[in-house]
Amino acid sequence: MIIDYVGVKEINGSLIVLDNVEGASYEEMVDIRLDNGTYRHGRIVQIEGKRIVVQVFEGTKSISLDNTRTRLKAKPMELALSPEIMGRVFSGAGVPIDGLGDVYPVKKANINGTPMNPVSRIYPRNYINTGISTIDTLMTLIRGQKLPIFSGSGMKHNELAVQIVRQAKISDDEDNNFCVVFAAMGVKNDVADYFRRSFDQSGVLSRVVMFLNLANDPIIERTLTPRCALTAAEYLAFECNMHVLVIMTDMTSYAEALREFSSSKGEIPGRKGFPGYLYSDLASLYERAGMVKGSTGSVTQIPILTMPNDDITHPVPDLTGYITEGQIVLDRALEGAGFYPPVSVLPSLSRLMKDGIGEGYTRADHQALANQLFASYARVQDARSLASVIGEEELSPVDKKYMQFGKLFEQYFVNQGYDENRTIEQSLDLGWKLLSTLPRTELDRVDDTLLDRYYISDPERIVFDGSDGEENKNEDED
Amino acid sequence: MNGSVNLPVNDVIYGINGPVVTVRDTRTFSMMEMVYVGESRLVGEVIGINDKMTTIQVYEETTGLKPGDPIVGTGSPMNVLLGPGIIDNIFDGIERPLKAIEEISGSFISRGAAVSSLDLNRYWNVKIKVKVGDVLEGGQIYATCPETAIIEHRFIVPPTLSGTVTSVQPNGKYKLMDTIVTIKDEKGVEHELTLCQKWPIRNARPCKERLPATIPLITGQRVMDTMFPIAKGGTAAIPGGFGTGKTMNQHQLAKWCDADIIVYVGCGERGNEMSQVLDEFSELIDPKSNRPMTDRTVLIANTSNMPVAAREASIYTGLTLAEYYRDMGYHVAIMADSTSRWAEALREISGRLEEMPAEEGFPAYLPSRLSEFYERAGRVETLCGSEGSVTIIGAVSPQGSDFSEPVTQNTKRFTRCFWALDKSLAYARHYPAINWMNSYSEYFTDLDAWYRENLGDDFIKYRNKITSLLHEESNLMEIVKLIGSDVLPDDQKLVIETAKAIRVGFLQQNAFHKDDTFVPLEKQKLMMKAILHLYNKSKRIIAAAIPISGITQTGLFERLAKMKYDIPNDKLEMFDQLIADIDSSLAKLTN
Repeated sequence: MIIDYVGVKEINGSLIVLDNVEGASYEEMVDIRLDNGTYRHGRIVQIEGKRIVVQVFEGTKSISLDNTRTRLKAKPMELALSPEIMGRVFSGAGVPIDGLGDVYPVKKANINGTPMNPVSRIYPRNYINTGISTIDTLMTLIRGQKLPIFSGSGMKHNELAVQIVRQAKISDDEDNNFCVVFAAMGVKNDVADYFRRSFDQSGVLSRVVMFLNLANDPIIERTLTPRCALTAAEYLAFECNMHVLVIMTDMTSYAEALREFSSSKGEIPGRKGFPGYLYSDLASLYERAGMVKGSTGSVTQIPILTMPNDDITHPVPDLTGYITEGQIVLDRALEGAGFYPPVSVLPSLSRLMKDGIGEGYTRADHQALANQLFASYARVQDARSLASVIGEEELSPVDKKYMQFGKLFEQYFVNQGYDENRTIEQSLDLGWKLLSTLPRTELDRVDDTLLDRYYISDPERIVFDGSDGEENKNEDED
Repeated sequence: MNGSVNLPVNDVIYGINGPVVTVRDTRTFSMMEMVYVGESRLVGEVIGINDKMTTIQVYEETTGLKPGDPIVGTGSPMNVLLGPGIIDNIFDGIERPLKAIEEISGSFISRGAAVSSLDLNRYWNVKIKVKVGDVLEGGQIYATCPETAIIEHRFIVPPTLSGTVTSVQPNGKYKLMDTIVTIKDEKGVEHELTLCQKWPIRNARPCKERLPATIPLITGQRVMDTMFPIAKGGTAAIPGGFGTGKTMNQHQLAKWCDADIIVYVGCGERGNEMSQVLDEFSELIDPKSNRPMTDRTVLIANTSNMPVAAREASIYTGLTLAEYYRDMGYHVAIMADSTSRWAEALREISGRLEEMPAEEGFPAYLPSRLSEFYERAGRVETLCGSEGSVTIIGAVSPQGSDFSEPVTQNTKRFTRCFWALDKSLAYARHYPAINWMNSYSEYFTDLDAWYRENLGDDFIKYRNKITSLLHEESNLMEIVKLIGSDVLPDDQKLVIETAKAIRVGFLQQNAFHKDDTFVPLEKQKLMMKAILHLYNKSKRIIAAAIPISGITQTGLFERLAKMKYDIPNDKLEMFDQLIADIDSSLAKLTN
């Protein structure tokens, strides 16, 4: 027996309330037919006896108290999955919008997923060579990791994400196993288009699954977009054994959609009006990265978020940083100075890198070099703040060396071309060369055997010309 | 059920909101009772009762629950099963074994998985310790069995029971539910003692007497042992923003601290971190016992994407397991990573209950819950007369790295050791990033006697000197920041150089270096001695108008910075050579 419930009792933002509903189950899907013949979709978010609260994905515009007929679908929200989803474009709620018709499902999966058993996880250890010096050397990306990009409006995070996709793909020897799931949440049409074009140019478009919720699309759909995307990613990774890179942009818009929905539900707000469960909610997305036993695939996430007012303590970057395994922070001053990618090295971090680098993965000296670069560059900041007070001329000779090191580091190490793909050896050698501009006694994080091997004591041999470093590399080989 | 019936015969679901489920018009349930919700029997707990509505928090995803689904009470509060098989195991927040769940439901956790917490079919090699006619009190040991290669499981009479032994089984192999001893209490009621017992997780297990905190928990981490020591049975908080190394510190403590048993609670944290712990601890060999670290470790993993109500319970589950082993006479350390996630779980559930929020949306009972939690730590005389302790080390993840937020502030009030992690130290990769200016330990005076007795008076003298040098440096840095270090007189420059040697050579510690990851107290003392020796000697030379540049050029400060690597932990006599070298190098300057 199928019952249509006529009319609604209450409308509040994107929520509608129905009364006298029998047999509703929590998080069940509903179809809402308007009198003009159009359909909306919704999900039950609260039940009290026979009173149910439904969130309407497409919004409640033009719904009145009695122009609807609501039908319960007796199942939670599911996404149709098959290997054919590659190359397709879906709306934020997982409906195909590329005009190629429905996906013939091999399988249907609840978009909320189920938590991965910590016992079944494989600890990620394989590093992904992105060809970007700062990332490879100082915050190495590991397969199965979640490494967000903390950016701000107007900075080059999208370019960086595209460069990672392009170059990570090239270094992958199992080329056919690579695919990208792209989730756009509340992004501008231009941005979505930029990604599409870039994927096309780098020849991966047929291996990209896109979920698009643009800035003017309904916000409820936005809260579903990353869940749909990750359900697709998990399917491709763990059932089709592919290496999936998930790019989610912009997580701040997602969190704001969640806040909007929460406040219309009348929930008690936490910090800055965001709901108290923002941490758990974000975690239920980010934790879907990883690798599991019994499958050779992996889900690697690169969420992008814009920090409102470039404030890293804003709840969204803050909670994200607590869940993800590190972060890549972009810096407006570097961007302003014309450096690309404007990676702010000191607050950036990869928690998984320590087990995925060194002998057998990258090179034995990697960890020590990275520690020393971080420590020395931190000293540069001290020297700079001192110089801003007493003037660069008055600095001690050692501090002057640090000032110079800082400049060279930013110019040759941080800065690199959009199309430049550096090998890990190039990046590491460049790091040693930069450290060699400092007195050897200043390098207290590295033991003597490494210094003997890599420290260039002859200043004549420390030459930086162009940022490609190819010529310099030859000079390093003794 | 058609809604018009006032008192349904069976209790059924009325409303559902996230993890919170309500039942209307029932008098069946008691507060904190454990219940099964719905057809798939999801585990839940009663958290609110009034004459109209009973509120239940469900420990699993509530998707698909319907009004009218049955709710069955168990008649007892949320409890855990205690017995052999806990060590070297990994549980979720309500003591369900994750390895067994993996066998049932694969890599992803399905709901309503009904598995026993401990393996019911495994045989344990039990030695009976009592005979017929013995009078047993609660907490006394009636049998033992080897649980892992290094931990002997001691079966203790549940604290609520006592009586005379009426029958015993012979030594031999028994399963968890087998009765091995029966006792008759004062009223003549017979009780069967098996290899296991149950205990409600929210109740502290009783002890005979609390003992003062006079024995340090030795961690092998210099900044902790020397500057901010913690006692066995003490409480410590590690607050720090993301990326400052809370988890890394917890891992180091779990690996190296001298507790007998480690309970590691991953409360609302990353899944990959738990798999890292599993990997690392099974590979890592404990130097004291030559066995894998897992032989003394229990893991409780309720990762951030697992249900939020179970996250709230995980802390108590961990504590109860810790107390159980304490009652056997073990020193247990519990690492809770992170208590902020637990507080957020409280907030989330409180929000669903529409309770009046206090600060930042946290419920008003946050401080009392935190204090209840930390007060369960302590060094005690157990009911059977032996000594045991539970040390709690809780990580705190302050929102926006702001230590004035409610969880950090309240935690500060109830812990006696505060290891404040610092972002700028972490950015410079100075690990452990414990800020020596903001951190404190209230255990100094309690532990002084122990340090004096075991390491001599020098240790405390050195420590005080080091602390005062660091404070002096901090004051001088204010000036340096304004006018540069060149203008300082040489004796102050010496303070800055020495403090740098302390920071780089002593406070900073490399967790990935085979010698530096754990440093015995004796070496810590000698390292301080070497640094202060150079400082004192140099001070005299500078007073004799020899410029400090001469001293820095000797390379002695660099040698101090590297002594942690250059001198292995088992070759402490090399410090004599170092001190002799300092003397001879400085002697050259004065000649």
